[in-house]
Amino acid sequence: MHAKTKQMPDFSTLPSGHRIQKFLFAALFCAFFALNVSASGSETGEKAAHEAPHQEAKMDPGKLIMEHIADSHDWHLWGHTSLPLPVIIYTKSLGLSVFSSGKFNHGHDTYQGFKLNEKNQVIWENASNTESIYDLSITKNVLAMFISVFTLLFILLSVASSYKKRPGMAPKGFLNILEPLILFLRDDVAKSSIGPKYERFMPLILSIFFFIFVNNLFGLIPIFPGGANVTGNIAVTMVLALVVFVTVNVRGTKDYWKHIFLPDVPKAMYLILVPIEILGVILKPFVLMLRLFANITAGHIIILGFFSLIFIFGAMSPGLGFAVSPLSVAFTLFMSFLELLVAFLQAFVFTLLTAIYIGMAVEEHHHPEHH
Amino acid sequence: MELVTPAIGLVFWMLVTFSLLLFILKKFAWKPILSSMKEREETIEKSLQEAANARAEMQKLNQQNESLLAEARAEREAILKDARDIKEKMIGDAKAIADDEAKKLISRANDEINRQKNAALDELKKEVANFSLQIAEKLVGKALESSDAQKALIADQLGRLDNQQKASA
Repeated sequence: MHAKTKQMPDFSTLPSGHRIQKFLFAALFCAFFALNVSASGSETGEKAAHEAPHQEAKMDPGKLIMEHIADSHDWHLWGHTSLPLPVIIYTKSLGLSVFSSGKFNHGHDTYQGFKLNEKNQVIWENASNTESIYDLSITKNVLAMFISVFTLLFILLSVASSYKKRPGMAPKGFLNILEPLILFLRDDVAKSSIGPKYERFMPLILSIFFFIFVNNLFGLIPIFPGGANVTGNIAVTMVLALVVFVTVNVRGTKDYWKHIFLPDVPKAMYLILVPIEILGVILKPFVLMLRLFANITAGHIIILGFFSLIFIFGAMSPGLGFAVSPLSVAFTLFMSFLELLVAFLQAFVFTLLTAIYIGMAVEEHHHPEHH
Repeated sequence: MELVTPAIGLVFWMLVTFSLLLFILKKFAWKPILSSMKEREETIEKSLQEAANARAEMQKLNQQNESLLAEARAEREAILKDARDIKEKMIGDAKAIADDEAKKLISRANDEINRQKNAALDELKKEVANFSLQIAEKLVGKALESSDAQKALIADQLGRLDNQQKASA
């Protein structure tokens, strides 16, 4: 079927016989375990091999990177081993179909009239069938999100119980890490941006922050429970932005709506101002969605890009690949550290802007004529 | 384009997961965490306030003590002064009484002396009159016709003498 040109499928991207590079790759894998690329590198190699069976397996960094940051119906673990994930599909004609993604055999087989396209999406086997497919599968990102959410729940619930056990006492252990964060979010984000009504919004603000932060961090872990690009997925950031949008507009005061529909300007200006204000209501969460998505995705792309340099140069000449690798690793390491900062920063920025938008919506103008 | 097209499945699961996360965390994590943080902050603030209050109380007490001490000192001074005054007054009074008494005694003594003197003088006058009469009888050799008339004469003469004495004094 598909060409398995090498006995060691991990390195099928590499030209045959370059044992030094294989060794190098293995060494890098071990030494820079913390870089989130290794698994995807081999995954892409495998896929590339599947899709171009008759050619010499070739490195395609763009494809590698895109496949890493996109969602998938199975979770690649190592080599040819992937974790098949449940496929849940709803169609009008067939109703709900639930089966393992292993049935697709990495897109080579069809099952119950469905198959995977090259973008890893479930489509009808018969291309002329135009009935829409609702794909509610537990994909890689969904599973990664479940894992990070369970981790978050475990940590925060145990922290909450330790607060109950030691009432009024100084924080201890893990609390020492969490408490400054929570206090920071409460005092410098919520209290200063929202004002006296901040307490009602604290659960939302804290949950958004910790959800984004934990998922960002999990995204930086290269091996199984991590590595998925959850917060760099537009669907995830869209839902987060939607939550903010709903909160802001449901909690918006009379002043907030008056500011949008009846601003304190001459009536003639309404023609220009009101549409701008209405656009602003939608744009604010939209920008939140794009910023988080773009930052996290960009981080993943850059790290993968640096790492791919080794293989791009390696494809030209093994010696060149060897020469470039330390530089590439250094850059990747640097970017990984930067991404740790970004993981926090983007969670913080999203939370801060959420608090500011809520603050604008719940603010009461005591002197509407001078605001 | 695929990258910026939200997949319906992920949107669905994300909505479900995040809503559940929000609900569970709100109820079982944030509420106890935030409330115990607040409680602790309030306890600390209250303790600090109490400490400040206690300090202020202490200061007030100290001030009170000091003023009490000063008052006591002033009172002692006043009592001492009163005592001194009373003592002086008593001494003065006693002295005055003693003076009075002495003066009275002296005047009584003087009166007594005068009385005695006058009595003695009267006695002397009588004696002198008698002596004079006897002498005169002896001299005259015979008793005058009426000794009473003689006596009156002598008394008259002595009274004149007395008056002369008084006038000269």
